[in-house]
Amino acid sequence: MSKPHRKAKGPQVLTANRLVDGDVVYWRDETTWVANLSDAKVFEDEDALAKAEADAQAQVKADKILDPYAFGVDLTGGRITPGSMREHIRALGPSVRLDLGKQAEAA
Amino acid sequence: MYRYDEFDQSLVDARVTEFRGQVARRLAGDITEDEFKPLRLMNGLYLQLHAYMLRVAIPYGTFNSRQMHMLAEIARKYDKGYGHFTTRQNIQYNWLKLDDVPDLLADLASVEMHAIQTSGNCIRNTTSDQYAGAAADEIEDPRPTCEIIRQWSTFHPEFSFLPRKFKIAVTGAPKDRAAVQIHDIGIQIVENNKGEVGYSIFVGGGLGRTPMVGKHIRAFLPRQDLLAYLEAIMRVYNMLGRRDNIYKARIKILVHEASAAEFTRLVEEEFEKIDQTKLMALPEEELDRIAAYFAAPEFETLGPCPAEHLEALDRDRDFALWVKANVVPHKVPGYAIANISLKPIGGVPGDITSDQMDGVAELAKDYSFDEIRATHEQNLVLPHVRERDLYAIWQRLKALELATANIGLVSDIIACPGLDYCNLANARSIPVAQLISERFAELDRQHDIGELKIKISGCINACGHHHVGHIGILGVDRKGEEYYQITLGGSADENTRLGDITGPSFPYDKVVDAVETLVTTYVDLRQSGETFLQTYARVGLAPFKENLYAAA
Repeated sequence: MSKPHRKAKGPQVLTANRLVDGDVVYWRDETTWVANLSDAKVFEDEDALAKAEADAQAQVKADKILDPYAFGVDLTGGRITPGSMREHIRALGPSVRLDLGKQAEAA
Repeated sequence: MYRYDEFDQSLVDARVTEFRGQVARRLAGDITEDEFKPLRLMNGLYLQLHAYMLRVAIPYGTFNSRQMHMLAEIARKYDKGYGHFTTRQNIQYNWLKLDDVPDLLADLASVEMHAIQTSGNCIRNTTSDQYAGAAADEIEDPRPTCEIIRQWSTFHPEFSFLPRKFKIAVTGAPKDRAAVQIHDIGIQIVENNKGEVGYSIFVGGGLGRTPMVGKHIRAFLPRQDLLAYLEAIMRVYNMLGRRDNIYKARIKILVHEASAAEFTRLVEEEFEKIDQTKLMALPEEELDRIAAYFAAPEFETLGPCPAEHLEALDRDRDFALWVKANVVPHKVPGYAIANISLKPIGGVPGDITSDQMDGVAELAKDYSFDEIRATHEQNLVLPHVRERDLYAIWQRLKALELATANIGLVSDIIACPGLDYCNLANARSIPVAQLISERFAELDRQHDIGELKIKISGCINACGHHHVGHIGILGVDRKGEEYYQITLGGSADENTRLGDITGPSFPYDKVVDAVETLVTTYVDLRQSGETFLQTYARVGLAPFKENLYAAA
């Protein structure tokens, strides 16, 4: 479940870690990375994703974020649900410490 | 224990200053991530799933109350109030911010600690027997040897860019508690038939993708030749180890591909060249100088087993069960070695809060000559306590919620951080350990099952030592789902053996049942007094496999 090597099919979200504190962030628009998956931009269009990925690489060069990559999400029920356990844990925090990570901040 | 001299302190302080400058340049955008990453890794700093993670070295697992208090303070100040003890006798912090790390390292340096060489392709922190200097079966305290290796290997320019990481472990007792045969170099202190103390050397052990048991390449190495011989091994590896393929870069692959005999020949040839120069021979006075740091504390002359201790054992069954599982004999009469389990039922293996760290530090100061040990099985040890103090120690541990009585039992599980924290993991380890410990929570049942070591890794890199678990569990990713492969019959002691894979892996919600099936099979098959491993050695994989997959 380490980082996906090839692009998932279907809706996707672009993610990275922020340089200064390593926090998980999601692409929202050219100027904004957000901390919560629910605020992320969902890409259903390959070209739009490719453009955002190119933009993310520029932000790596600008020393804002690290290691950007896209992952598949599920949109059932109007919510953005990560397609893998890895992304689920990145979005929420450790499954064994519900008092820590984004899940705790949201509570 | 060892105290920094002026050289140690100035090296560590200079490194903090250097890293402070590197972090500032990184945050200012003066260096790229590609340039910075190797620099941060040289200082033990990783980027994990949620944040930066720092791995702090505890040389050969020995530390004191002042250091433990600082580890607690660091967890409060820079992290989220807890730390995680690892299978490398290190402690890790999980929630760091990059710009805090230089201050954190300065705080560490103020108590003679650092995170240097806890990552990267260099010689890592040398690990050892957690009972060093206390064990009744010890030939010699292994820590002076470890300290000599630490001084030799720290910033050694020839070995700063090895093909791959390099781990050395030393044991001073015939009963191997340091798992030396699964290290790149394993050193066992031995005595020859002339009564001289020297070293028996294993090379090329390791777990990970290609697990191998170390090959025995030297039965007796005279003490003064230690560094010359290690240097010879490192040179052969540095010259011939593969740099073209990360999966074939560890020394175990070189030893395996060259054959142990040929590798030994190459090492002996190199050793001859070094030996003739005599530059590397360890002078007796230097050996004595280092050994003096580890002089035994001033033990009192005590009679065996005082009456108040025996009374407490009679009176308090919980205390008696804790003593049975967690306390082992000390080499000095009237003293004992007290293990502190970091495996509470349903807890996270190896995790400890700042308040608990402070509590353990106070206990060490009050009862154990100010010494604490970290074990490769993710527990702590008070190495030198009086038997008569055990009841008071246990009561204080109970108040700290650190009195779990399960050392070596089924719920004393090694688990790597797994997918809950780690960037490399394929599956979670910690919740599997939690579920197993909850299933077997009942202490009488645990004692009935007896010694049983379960080890869980969340990926093939095997930080959780699953290959050498009596029951090993490896998390794998099957089309995005967590599955767990089980191995049986592994062992990391003086009879090191890699476990046998049982067959197809189990989904997350079936793995605890699978473990219970294995335990029940053992209990049904065992003969009087047989441990899990002994039964497995007698009956083999077949009956376990049959029960495991019968329902499928």
